[in-house]
Order: sequence, then C-alpha cells, then structure tokens
Amino acid sequence: MSENKGEIKKMMIILSKATLENVYAAFVLANGARMEGIEAEMFFTFFGLEAVHKKKMNSLHIATVGNPAMHIPTMVGGLPGMEALATTMMKKEMAKIDMPEVPEFLEILADSGVRMWACKLAMDMFHYKREDLFEGIEEVITVGDFYKKSEGEGVHMLFI
Amino acid sequence: MEKVIAGKTIHVNEEGFMTDFKEWDKTIGEALAVENEISLTPRHWEILGYIQTEYKNEVPLSIRKIGKSGVVDIKEFYQLFPKAPLKTATKIAGIPKPASCI
Repeated sequence: MSENKGEIKKMMIILSKATLENVYAAFVLANGARMEGIEAEMFFTFFGLEAVHKKKMNSLHIATVGNPAMHIPTMVGGLPGMEALATTMMKKEMAKIDMPEVPEFLEILADSGVRMWACKLAMDMFHYKREDLFEGIEEVITVGDFYKKSEGEGVHMLFI
Repeated sequence: MEKVIAGKTIHVNEEGFMTDFKEWDKTIGEALAVENEISLTPRHWEILGYIQTEYKNEVPLSIRKIGKSGVVDIKEFYQLFPKAPLKTATKIAGIPKPASCI
C-alpha cells in the first residue's frame, strides 16, 4: 500500500457471470471508477460474455436459486417462470433509481472511456464470433494479454 | 471552511465544493476551473449553465441525465472535463457534489 499512498489509478474488472445482479455490479463499479477519474477496463469471460452478446444482453436474468438473499425457498425459486418474475420486479425497481438497461449501460461505459475486452478462450468455447458482440468491445484477447494490460502502479483487479 | 478565491471569501467543504451557491459568480467559476486544470470555453459555460439550472430546479444530476440532456453527450462531457467530469463540473459550477453512482 505504500505505492502512490494506495491511490487507485485503474480498475481491471473481470466479469465471468451473466446473472443480472453480477452484470450490474460490474457495470456500476466500472462506471463509478470513471466518474471518479479512475481508469477502468473490463474483461468479459465465460458466461460474462452474454452481457456483451447482442442477441443475449436483453434477456439476462437474476438468479432465484442458490441465492439466500432472495428469500425465496430454493424449491420455489426453481419453479418455471420464477426467474422471469423476479427479473421483471428487479428491473422495475432499477428503472425507479434511473438505472439504464444493459445495452444503454454498455453505451454509457464505452462513451465514458471504459475499455472492453472479450476472452478468446470463452469465445472459442461458445462458438461466438466478433460480430456477435457489442461494438464497444475493442478486441478479443487472451488472459495473458489482459495481465499485460494490467501492469502498472495503482492497478486493482476485481473478479465478478 | 472559508476559502479566499478571486479576491472573494467563499465557503467550501473538505473536498472543495462550495456550500453556498449564492456566493458563486463567474470570476469564482473561472478561478475554480484554473484550480481544476480546466480552461473554460463557451462550450464549457453552456454545460455549467445547464448544470446550475438543474440544481436550481432540484433535479438530481447523473452521468446518464447529462447524456440525455441534449446539451452535451457523455463522450464530449468526458473530453471537456477529462478527470471525473461530473465532480469537476459541479465543483466549478459552485454546487454540491452529486450523490449519484451512475
């Protein structure tokens, strides 16, 4: 912590999940960094790629199973339609606090100077093509490339 | 706390945001801009004017709202106020720091 007196210069945020609550957490953290004058980059890997997949980004859901904070019994959470219902309710609440939907949020991030990368390994695994992804994705890179971009003082890395 | 700027005494909080907008005038705005390494152009003033109007109308400010204002888009806002645009612009405009995360 002695370097730069612990000042945060850049946030490297890895998004590996596509559940709505995780996607929003990553987006808010990246945007919040830019708002404070901190650089931010995002690396989308595994299911996190769905957040930047043009055909999937509009239908992300929150998880109703295995999430004790939802206060829905696991058996009930697994019933058909529960995820959609919970997602609709959450989206309504988010609209009230002026939270943008995923595609608009991505535009805000890109315009705010958040640099975005997609994971090559995950792209190959899901058979996604570059053109399937949001235009703000600069490049498809390897994990090694991402580490290279993370070099420097005051850089923090976050895995979501 | 008190601060002397452009030959006038103003009240600011510990982060340097003015606590009484009535004390603000254009010369203070210019001096605050210099402190924040911004050289103000007419374009900057348009945005500062918009921000102050929203503040007077008690509309909470956010990056998203600024982007939808029709006054400036988010990209240009970041170009004009490169480091922490909403924070810097509100500081120069003499209004409190917006408590927004988006």
